[in-house]
Amino acid sequence: MSTMSMPSQAIPKDDARPFVEYAFVKGHFAWGYFWFMFAIIGGFLYAGQFLQAYLLPGIEWLSPGRVRMIHTQGVAYGFIANCFLGALYWAVPRLTGQRVTHKYLGYFILYAWNALTLISVVGILFGEAQALEWGENPVWIDPVVLVGLACAAAQFTPALWKTKGKLHYVSIWYFSGALAWTGLVYFMGNFGPEYWAVGTGGAALTGLYIHDLVGLFVTPIGWGLMYYFVPILINKPIWSHKLSLLGFWGLAFFYPLQGIHHFLYSPIPMYAQYGAVVTTIAIEIVVTTVVINFFATLRKREAFMVNSLPVRWFYTGMILYFITCLQCSFQVTLTFQKIIHFTDWVVGHAHLVMFGVFGFWIMGMIEYLWPKVTKAGEWYSNHLSHWSYWLMGIGLIIMFSTLTIAGLVQGYLWRDLAVFEASISASVPFWWARYFSGLMILIGAFITAFNMYKTAEMGRAK
Amino acid sequence: MFENAKTAFLFGGIFMFVVAYLWEGYLPLSHLNEMKVETMEELTADVLPEFEELAEVYPKEFKEYYGEPTSEAMAEALILGKKVYTQEACWHCHSQFIRPVSNEATRYGPVSLAKEYSNEMNYPHLFGTRRVGPDLIRENGKHSNDWHVAHFYNPQMVVPVSVMPAYVWLYDETVDPPVPNKKGMAIITYVQWLGSWLNKDGNKLNNTGKAPLADEIETETDKKLAELQNGDSK
Repeated sequence: MSTMSMPSQAIPKDDARPFVEYAFVKGHFAWGYFWFMFAIIGGFLYAGQFLQAYLLPGIEWLSPGRVRMIHTQGVAYGFIANCFLGALYWAVPRLTGQRVTHKYLGYFILYAWNALTLISVVGILFGEAQALEWGENPVWIDPVVLVGLACAAAQFTPALWKTKGKLHYVSIWYFSGALAWTGLVYFMGNFGPEYWAVGTGGAALTGLYIHDLVGLFVTPIGWGLMYYFVPILINKPIWSHKLSLLGFWGLAFFYPLQGIHHFLYSPIPMYAQYGAVVTTIAIEIVVTTVVINFFATLRKREAFMVNSLPVRWFYTGMILYFITCLQCSFQVTLTFQKIIHFTDWVVGHAHLVMFGVFGFWIMGMIEYLWPKVTKAGEWYSNHLSHWSYWLMGIGLIIMFSTLTIAGLVQGYLWRDLAVFEASISASVPFWWARYFSGLMILIGAFITAFNMYKTAEMGRAK
Repeated sequence: MFENAKTAFLFGGIFMFVVAYLWEGYLPLSHLNEMKVETMEELTADVLPEFEELAEVYPKEFKEYYGEPTSEAMAEALILGKKVYTQEACWHCHSQFIRPVSNEATRYGPVSLAKEYSNEMNYPHLFGTRRVGPDLIRENGKHSNDWHVAHFYNPQMVVPVSVMPAYVWLYDETVDPPVPNKKGMAIITYVQWLGSWLNKDGNKLNNTGKAPLADEIETETDKKLAELQNGDSK
């Protein structure tokens, strides 16, 4: 099994169709990046409200609460989903030796998915939100989203399943698992609390949904792509195939069980809460093996961290992933929950994992693939790419650390029965720091947007 | 066998999801579903005094929006109020459950019980995961209607350090001073309703800072659920 490195299956030569559809990689990346900008502008606006300095006050449809919802919706369904689809259009044919199901299905998914995201955003702004974390898109659009997810599964699963040989590369398991999970998770989370699980039971399902969306959609596709891109970029097979096996099946086994840790000390029966805590700590051990595997792979290739910006984005994300998971195994305990639940600690954690890990990985994939799919060959400016890396990297770390400390301050003030307003006054300096760290990320994002635009222009000129 | 796309999809994907749903979804639901789900009629059998007060203070407007302060009118206001609470994402900054830790029972009131959420107003629940502002499930009786009228219009007027946005569109601003419109009265009714069940005569929830003990609870189902919530079945 140790001989099993990257698969290199013969590409059929008797077919004139392009093997990798560059248009979809490019299209999904461009839309994804548009939603990223959209979402972080929303996040930046919303952060101003915490300083009593909201930039667009008194407008009903731009009320901070609504903008907060499109911030997370834009990130999850606009940014991450689009960019992952784009990366899958690149990785899946190369990994499996199979074309994706159909070109027209590809165009349909590209336009329909972004139309769905747009309709959700407009729906939320005009007061049609559903009261469900990460599922605020209006309840009437949920069935259509499920159709969209089924289309995505239909586009990629046949290629994954048709891969030759009995042993498939690890990325293929992750993609295949994620395509099964996402639809199931979405169905349970968006319809359960709304129709068949009232109150406390609904909270149990909401917990599962919040966590599964990260754990069973974003995480497996993210790691699957890392297992694909990292060995190619540093030109070395993954260190241990057996550890990757442990990583995937550990995720499949423990991740779906954890969601209720979002509602510890709630009226949900305690056995379910204990189950969530124990499996959460268990998976931290599993993810540590994945991180070890990747850092062992990097051995004797450390120079890539300096010389290759995509590799640097990937491994920065992995270091932050390790911090996230370490943090997770502590914060999930009942001891930590007493203080940090309901505070900014959790907000810091969410930004660390969604942007610091998966956002950074996506930035690395864009860094690697954008000059290729636009046919420019190279970036308009490598200098600007580096500026973007440092602004976003430092911005994110400031954001994460200030929110984490703010969370502790809030939690202890609440426990010690200070008047509630004291916890707000004490948070204001941290919220200012968060605001400026957000500004750094925003500037970094604008720089890359400009760079992407110029690079695409270069590609068209060629 | 474990290194194959189909196994990953069928066993890792679908089968493991179902196992997890049975353990962490179906099992707790099977216990919680033993509770009766209260209907809107039952919830609004006693009209909230704060709702009646709105009718007295704003007679002309109230009549236009809701008619008389009856049970049916209150049900309408509660449902609309929850819609406002949802569309403005109030639940992203205000949670709706009291935990038995961190002195929350001293700050807010009795620890939450599952039965409090077993009613038609909780499809979906609004537990929330963040407290930028305080928890609201024990809000009833803490502030007057007048306070809420001022607060929703301009929170900083009553709480200077507050970071809550002003909700001027919940008011009819053509009159001076502005009067809550239909949505404004609905959201006030909704937040005043939260926890109102505890302030009724004969309420037996204690406030010891822990989830209530089983022997203080009347029905068998509620006893069992309180035991499950406390994590001990003596």
